[in-house]
Amino acid sequence: MSTNEHSATAHTDHDHAHHDHKPGGGITRWLYTTNHKDIGTLYLLFSLLMFFIGGIFAMVIRAELFQPGLQLVQPQFFNQMTTLHGLIMVFGAVMPAFVGLANWLVPMMIGAPDMALPRMNNWSFWILPFSFTILLSTLFMDGGAPAAGWTFYAPLSTKYSGDSTAFFVFAVHLLGISSIMGAMNVIVTIFNLRAPGMTWMKLPLFVWTWLITAFLLIAVMPVLAGTVTMVLTDKYFGTSFFDAAGGGDPIMFQHIFWFFGHPEVYIMILPAFGIVSSIVPTFARKPLFGYESMVWATSSIAFLSFIVWMHHMFTTGMPVTAELFFMYSTMLIAVPTGVKVFNWVATMWRGAMTFETPMMFALAFIVLFTIGGFSGLMLAIVPADFQYQDTYFVVAHFHYVLVTGAVFSIVAAVYYWLPKWTGVMYDERLGQLHFWCSLVSVNMLFFPMHFVGLAGMPRRIPDYALQFANFNAFISIGGFLFGLSQLIFLAVIFKAIRRKGVKATDQVWEGAEGLEWTIPSPAPYHTFETPPHVK
Amino acid sequence: MHNSSEKYYVPSQSSWPIVGAVALFLIGYGAAHWVNDFTRDRSGFGVYLLIAGLALLFFMLAGWFKNVISESMEGLYSAQMDRSFRQGMSWFIFSEVMFFMAFFGALFYARIISVPWLGGAGAKAMTGEILWPHFHAVWPLIKTPGGTESHAMPWQGAPLYNTIILLASSVTLHFAHVGLEQGKRLQLKIWLAITILLGAAFLYQQVGEYIHAYHELGLRLNTGVYGNTFFLLTGFHGFHVTLGAILLSVVFLRILLKNHFTPERHFVFQAASWYWHFVDVVWLTLFVVVYIL
Repeated sequence: MSTNEHSATAHTDHDHAHHDHKPGGGITRWLYTTNHKDIGTLYLLFSLLMFFIGGIFAMVIRAELFQPGLQLVQPQFFNQMTTLHGLIMVFGAVMPAFVGLANWLVPMMIGAPDMALPRMNNWSFWILPFSFTILLSTLFMDGGAPAAGWTFYAPLSTKYSGDSTAFFVFAVHLLGISSIMGAMNVIVTIFNLRAPGMTWMKLPLFVWTWLITAFLLIAVMPVLAGTVTMVLTDKYFGTSFFDAAGGGDPIMFQHIFWFFGHPEVYIMILPAFGIVSSIVPTFARKPLFGYESMVWATSSIAFLSFIVWMHHMFTTGMPVTAELFFMYSTMLIAVPTGVKVFNWVATMWRGAMTFETPMMFALAFIVLFTIGGFSGLMLAIVPADFQYQDTYFVVAHFHYVLVTGAVFSIVAAVYYWLPKWTGVMYDERLGQLHFWCSLVSVNMLFFPMHFVGLAGMPRRIPDYALQFANFNAFISIGGFLFGLSQLIFLAVIFKAIRRKGVKATDQVWEGAEGLEWTIPSPAPYHTFETPPHVK
Repeated sequence: MHNSSEKYYVPSQSSWPIVGAVALFLIGYGAAHWVNDFTRDRSGFGVYLLIAGLALLFFMLAGWFKNVISESMEGLYSAQMDRSFRQGMSWFIFSEVMFFMAFFGALFYARIISVPWLGGAGAKAMTGEILWPHFHAVWPLIKTPGGTESHAMPWQGAPLYNTIILLASSVTLHFAHVGLEQGKRLQLKIWLAITILLGAAFLYQQVGEYIHAYHELGLRLNTGVYGNTFFLLTGFHGFHVTLGAILLSVVFLRILLKNHFTPERHFVFQAASWYWHFVDVVWLTLFVVVYIL
């Protein structure tokens, strides 16, 4: 297998006299890099930073809601916090973390020397910090940051928004450019750079799920760009896409936004399915049950994601036929998702299981994501949704699928592949501590939200009726504890980056299979410069 | 299918992407400031940032492509690399299709749903009755519920000629491609030049049409959803024609001055021509659903 000797290929890139593949020194290594591992690291570290910034905003929200009445912040600022929390977590934390994992892992899993378009890869990453600089700079502007929610419904984002709208719009445009280029890179890499013998049905599921995710990204990020463009022209240039007086319709905003938005939520969960499908077989020491059905289930979920968007809008007054169609198509998603959960459980059945930190997070994912899935089914039922719409029940639902779903899978992935990245085993004791603290606090945080939601507490309001006071105090304590627990995660990562720990073997995990476990730990700067032959 | 014998070219470090990221930052941040200032008749530094960003972006693109061209000329790119480029371009065009879909979607929604509902169609009789009882739902929406009036843009005349021009340009571009593949350089140059001229003629007429719409028809960006969709769809299309024409011009200059591209290897020509055909298809759709129907 190839180690870090560099290839004999000549290079003509303009600014480097020394033609080798070794990382350059200092900051330019990271600014100019074309290496998929460097870029993956950048994405992951950036995502971690955004996770904490978005987390601080969440802490502000929970602090305000700790007691009824206006306690700490003004309502307008509270709205800015909910808006930025959502935008940062979706576009800054979860999506870049998955792109970072794809960068690190896809080439190593398919036996490719790098991503297909390495320079564009660098560009995709470096757009992100600039984009979030634009977005976060609005906090310091007159009138503050966008406050229309991460869904920025018209007319909140058009008629009733401040000067920050234009900054938000252009920040989203940059994010979209970054995501589309990143997704193109992943697709082309998977289509074109698979090692000989790495046929479609031998691809690791993480690669499969990312291929489909990348397709979704290219299909819907441009629609988001269109949506924000219409918001921009409606607000600043007198168009009336979302204004009934000019023949438009504010509901049209929701249609276009959710046509992007629903595939977007699968963009944030399909790679998680791939991660869990990698981890569970390793620690059950059994091959994944139902590989092919996993591929088909993923594809079906992706297809269905395009025909369910109106379930976000049941209360906007649509024809009953539309309500029925979107109710049934939404429920249909439970079938392929159920296939997946069944397969994970069947993989563990009579396996020789051990419970290292990545496995613990993966197991928690399976249970808690399923809870989020079930509350999703409840929300899909039209008459029930009329009751749940815009309550904390919805907040509970999507935090179960996004925090205990997407975020837990990312954390599991970090623990699972960290030894391959750094060459040392992470601190298992701290890892377990992180897991149990997170598990308990996250359920304290989000589970009671189901109850206050069912009892009618509306979301996105800085104040609430007195009967919700005890629950909210409890939820806030859970929130602070969950936030603090993540500092343990930071410590684990910091120790591993400092190379403090037991040296990892090449295979790292006893039951691990796949090309990435055949190369040394830490993975050399360049891997598979000559493609391996997969049998 | 896989060329295991060939090495896939992985470029070493490059400073162009970070320059490009800075350029996009200047464009985004500058444009956001400019939009706020412009719509309030204020002057500010936004426009300068925007211009600097655009200049930097062009500088970056030129430098980056120069690298790519010289790498290609040195034969560093395998057939596998060529496939990466082609697939990348195809997915880029797909993303552009989806961008236009958002605006076509808005057009269909306005025509089929929101305007008839505002006129009180179907179950929405009371919507029209309560909000704007005197509003009549017709398309093109030349009088909005709010009362803004304009005239519809006819499809005869300039739009029809433009359709013929753009369709013809796709054919001439195909002739140029055939010329390239058969090694007939003169045929390539002539047809490519004609294609670019047709593109320029299209843009010229389009500008004339906009002036006509603003001054004589009273049809403006802010005259209701008909004007919105008309100007944003044709505007973004025109912007894409401009980009395509710039791409083709660069290809033309490379052929004329540097004698680049061979019958076997001409990815950029191929990419530019795919882009041109895509722009053509968008226009055809646009001509039918925006102008004629």
